[in-house]
Amino acid sequence: MTAEPAPGAAPVSRPPEILPGMAPWRMWLDAQIRHNGRRLVILVPYVWLLLFFVLPFAIVLKISFAEFRVGVPPYTALIDFTQDAYLRLTLALSNYKYMLDDEMYVIAYLNSLRIAGISTVLALLIGYPMAYGIARAPKGPRTILLFLVILPFWTSFLIRVYAWMGILKGNGLLNTFLIWTGVIDQPLTIMGTEWAVFIGIVYSYLPFMVLPLYATLEKLDPSLLEAAHDLGCRPWKAFLTITLPLSVPGIIAGSMLVFIPSVGEFVIPELLGGADTFMIGRVLWNEFFLNRDWPVASAVAVAMLLMLVVPIMIFQNIQAKQAEAAEERS
Amino acid sequence: MRRNWFLLLTMGFGFAFLYVPILLLMIYSFNESRLVTVWAGFSAKWYGALLRDEQMLGAAWMSFRIAVVNASLATILGTLAALAMVRFGRFRGRTLFSGMLSAPLVMPEVITGLASLLLFVALEQLLGWPQGRGMTTITIAHITFSTAYVAVVLQSRLQGMDRSIEEAAMDLGARPAKVFLLITIPVIAPALVAGWLLSFTLSLDDLVIASFVSGPASSTLPMVVFSSVRLGVSPEINALATILVLTATVAILIAGWMMTRQERASQKLTEKREQQMG
Repeated sequence: MTAEPAPGAAPVSRPPEILPGMAPWRMWLDAQIRHNGRRLVILVPYVWLLLFFVLPFAIVLKISFAEFRVGVPPYTALIDFTQDAYLRLTLALSNYKYMLDDEMYVIAYLNSLRIAGISTVLALLIGYPMAYGIARAPKGPRTILLFLVILPFWTSFLIRVYAWMGILKGNGLLNTFLIWTGVIDQPLTIMGTEWAVFIGIVYSYLPFMVLPLYATLEKLDPSLLEAAHDLGCRPWKAFLTITLPLSVPGIIAGSMLVFIPSVGEFVIPELLGGADTFMIGRVLWNEFFLNRDWPVASAVAVAMLLMLVVPIMIFQNIQAKQAEAAEERS
Repeated sequence: MRRNWFLLLTMGFGFAFLYVPILLLMIYSFNESRLVTVWAGFSAKWYGALLRDEQMLGAAWMSFRIAVVNASLATILGTLAALAMVRFGRFRGRTLFSGMLSAPLVMPEVITGLASLLLFVALEQLLGWPQGRGMTTITIAHITFSTAYVAVVLQSRLQGMDRSIEEAAMDLGARPAKVFLLITIPVIAPALVAGWLLSFTLSLDDLVIASFVSGPASSTLPMVVFSSVRLGVSPEINALATILVLTATVAILIAGWMMTRQERASQKLTEKREQQMG
């Protein structure tokens, strides 16, 4: 996309290597930037993420094969030298065996998947009409509505979960309101049940559902719907056969953004749920902070990651596809 | 167009769902009574109590400092990462790089927290650094996930950017570093501000990861709030929540206003150029 040079302008030329009157250090710096700048731009974030994001997972994997011991650090070494100076590798599978044998862990995993799954469906049911409505709104209101969806995301997550504690508890605002209006005469028990956790997750992650949905719905070609309408298609049928299938990428992206973090959610079940809403994030937290058993906590983390590998891959695939599509457009 | 009542109704419900809890929290922060659900008259006394709470203030100050350092470094790293992804085409290790940039967005916090802590413990054993855990380790852990968010914001901005001005500058003999400083940075400035603010809030907000990587002497604001909230609802926390929500809203409004103003200015510039050319 190079503009035509204006008449009379100097012919296009690449910068000369050496300009007269240039200090030697500047020339050196320029040469460095020209030759190594690209590499440097990639390398700095690359090394940071390798060191502080990827390497930690390798360590988690390692420690999940270690055994608990009392001391600092509270786990055994995998590789050590025996008295005859032989290298010895000890892989303890006991943490994994312990996890499979104890019903509590299996139940917690299944519970997490179920609660995250139901919450994702609920978020989709509430988020889809919102995203659809925003995409259809005229330009002015649309910006305001989008802003209103994004705003809660900028306010404290912890505070937003906390806000529901005052609403849902036994003598909370919801029960007070419902009794006052006469809808019910006995307070409902929501706090401490799974429903409170569903509400908390949907509330906290709703923007993550609405935004990708909006992004796909907004790009939808309206002429397709007009054509369907002209051919006598009913609005509902047009929605089901045109809009819905075309918004599948947004549905998948939004669902992944809600589902994956909710599986490992700790704050919401801890504050809104009860003793029976046991999710795997809480198990990991307790294993680490209460039992101080780092190896078992690591094994729980590895198992959780294995469970999430497929959804994370799907999410990353969508991200890559979107980036490619954006590149093609530009 | 015919009004679609079903759509309007669900949208209204959705937005009410998003905003009513926060509004209730704000209203009840002015409640006279300690009982959160009984309205006993208007009072600002919980704000006074909050201002005298030294533990809360200390934690807030620590969180603020961590958030500023985190936001600044994450903006630099995230911008570099976005440049690499958008501008450099294919390079060796690109797949892993894009994976490392999108995984932190969805990774459950308990896993990231545990993994970061184990890394810091291992590093301390091997290198003697970082000594103990506290502000430094929290900041490093925050930079790591904030970088991913900044990269997302900047990638979309860089993809949408008109590169002809950069090309023109290069053709006129400006060196890459100069082009970047004088042209690219001003053009992507709104995204830089957005990225900085986003990582600032993410850091200020994080409870789980900070709990894992903090030491005994360093409690951030969310950690103090969490331990108090666990015991139940308290009007002092309501007051704190109101302050946090209002601050965030004002910051976002200013950032949004700045961004639209800049966008309009650049739109006008493009229109002018087109008029001159045509």
